[in-house]
Amino acid sequence: MAASVRLLLRLSHRNINVAAAGGSARPGCCWGPTGPSSCRCFSDATGDRSTHFGFETVPETEKAKRVYKVFENVAQKYDVMNDAMSLGIHRVWKDMLLRAMHPQPGVRLLDVAGGTGDIAFRFLEYVQSQQERQKRRAARSTQTPSWQDISTNYSTEDEDGPQESKAVVCDINKEMLKVGKQKADSMGISAAGLSWVVGDAEELPFDDDQFDIYTIAFGIRNVTHIDQALQEALRVLKPGGRFMCLEFSKVTNPVLARLYDTYSFQMIPVLGEVIAGDWKSYQYLVESIRKFPDQEEFKGMIEDAGFYCVHYHNLTGGVVALHSGFKL
Amino acid sequence: MSLCAVKGFQWLRQRQCVLFSKGMSFLCVHQLHSSPGFTDSCYDGLYPGHIHTTPIQKALLAVGSGVAALQNPYRHDMVAVLGETTGHLALINLRDRMKNDPEGYTILTERPRIRLSTLDLSKMASLPDGSFGREYLRFLEDNHVTPDSRADVKFVDNEELAYVMQRYREVHDLLHTLLGMPTNMLGEVAVKWFEAAQTGLPMCALGAVLGPLRLNSSRLQSLFTSLGPWALQNGRRSRCILSIFYERRWEQNLEDLRQELNIEPPPVILSAANKRST
Repeated sequence: MAASVRLLLRLSHRNINVAAAGGSARPGCCWGPTGPSSCRCFSDATGDRSTHFGFETVPETEKAKRVYKVFENVAQKYDVMNDAMSLGIHRVWKDMLLRAMHPQPGVRLLDVAGGTGDIAFRFLEYVQSQQERQKRRAARSTQTPSWQDISTNYSTEDEDGPQESKAVVCDINKEMLKVGKQKADSMGISAAGLSWVVGDAEELPFDDDQFDIYTIAFGIRNVTHIDQALQEALRVLKPGGRFMCLEFSKVTNPVLARLYDTYSFQMIPVLGEVIAGDWKSYQYLVESIRKFPDQEEFKGMIEDAGFYCVHYHNLTGGVVALHSGFKL
Repeated sequence: MSLCAVKGFQWLRQRQCVLFSKGMSFLCVHQLHSSPGFTDSCYDGLYPGHIHTTPIQKALLAVGSGVAALQNPYRHDMVAVLGETTGHLALINLRDRMKNDPEGYTILTERPRIRLSTLDLSKMASLPDGSFGREYLRFLEDNHVTPDSRADVKFVDNEELAYVMQRYREVHDLLHTLLGMPTNMLGEVAVKWFEAAQTGLPMCALGAVLGPLRLNSSRLQSLFTSLGPWALQNGRRSRCILSIFYERRWEQNLEDLRQELNIEPPPVILSAANKRST
């Protein structure tokens, strides 16, 4: 009986503390979903590892399942919702990732949690335009070649080019990959340089030292064990390879932070309900952003995994951060 | 001990709901949204499926769902959300009418639900023609609908009003049977006019006004000359349709039930020939 009174007091304190702390909850504290299990968390007797699912606390084993369910539900409307929620700005973020990446022809990309393929498509387009630029430069440098020479040069280059640059899209969720494949077909992107693989970021189905670039855009906050995902990234990258991560992060400016919070919690679930018919999935997405570590902490985690020269850039005032590191 | 803890949760939840419904400062709203567990499927708010919303969110939902429903009338979930977010006053009115009616009061206490699992279809099929249960079953078959296709209530912040809303949705098909209207566009609009006159729900009124825009001229004529006035008159004078314990009246003759409810039979017999997919 005394225990339940203590529980009540802690919960009421927690309400006030959470508001003051701006939603960054202490990891060990469980506002348990059901009465009995929350008592278990407090007593800490059983030692069941638990983690956060948005603002909820769930057993670690359950989180992956629930995240899978969320993305299964939203897959069809994922791109429409991204445009609606970010007012199209997510396209700018992804373009900036590619510009920072500056991939050259011949490079192999692994896009993890790449679901609907946004990064992979941009990568292929970028590499193609780089190739064309190189061809033009080569054509300019040769002094008045005959048309026969030029056409033979073009034909040989065409054979090598697209096959060298490969993008592999890896996602744990089959629905998202399905949507991505449909998009690729409708956009008319050649299947030559593109592969779609089902895989878990914590346990990638690739050999060591395979890829030049590893990207994960807006996916790493959904992974249960972020450190494991980072270690896997290190493993599959070639020495000299680059790790790049786009993720929602902490807004630095306090005024913007308030506006961003209001917008996130008031508008986004409503958009989810109206456009996708799914309030709860978008409530989860908004809450999961708040639970993700901030820029410096995530930089530390990347360094701990073994990456060097880790930097980050804030985009849109810290709404999104682009982290980058190298395997040396 | 766990029971005390659960009661404690409920007390805290209610306290937050009071803050909510008074539409207080952003701090309270932020507090509510920072506090975890609100979207947990086990932690269901006031009733299973309940999602807490601030007044701003309700307003946004009302506008958004209205636009979505207009763009695509087959999005029943949007029509449902529109009804929930705009119908607060009408629901209170309906609930009070039910409370003042002895049969309605029984319904509010017993909370019956109309689902395929609760209906005894074989027994209903064996009832004589002209009985309410048999005609209802015939309606379901002819129009290829099922009582299970109604969305659950999510955004009503009062448990009793949420039940009233749910009852309204589940009674909709029964109303089709009582009024003798099929589920094509004309029939639906006629039923909406009746419901608008009866319940005063803004969503019904909106449907009643915008529904006719999709009818061709001959149907419009039928609506405005005979069906429409009949639906409106009967909506106004009939007894509250939510106050009838339909589940106990399957054997009753349909005409008797209509008389009891003060509903005239339809002036035009509409066939279920042009079915739209529900």
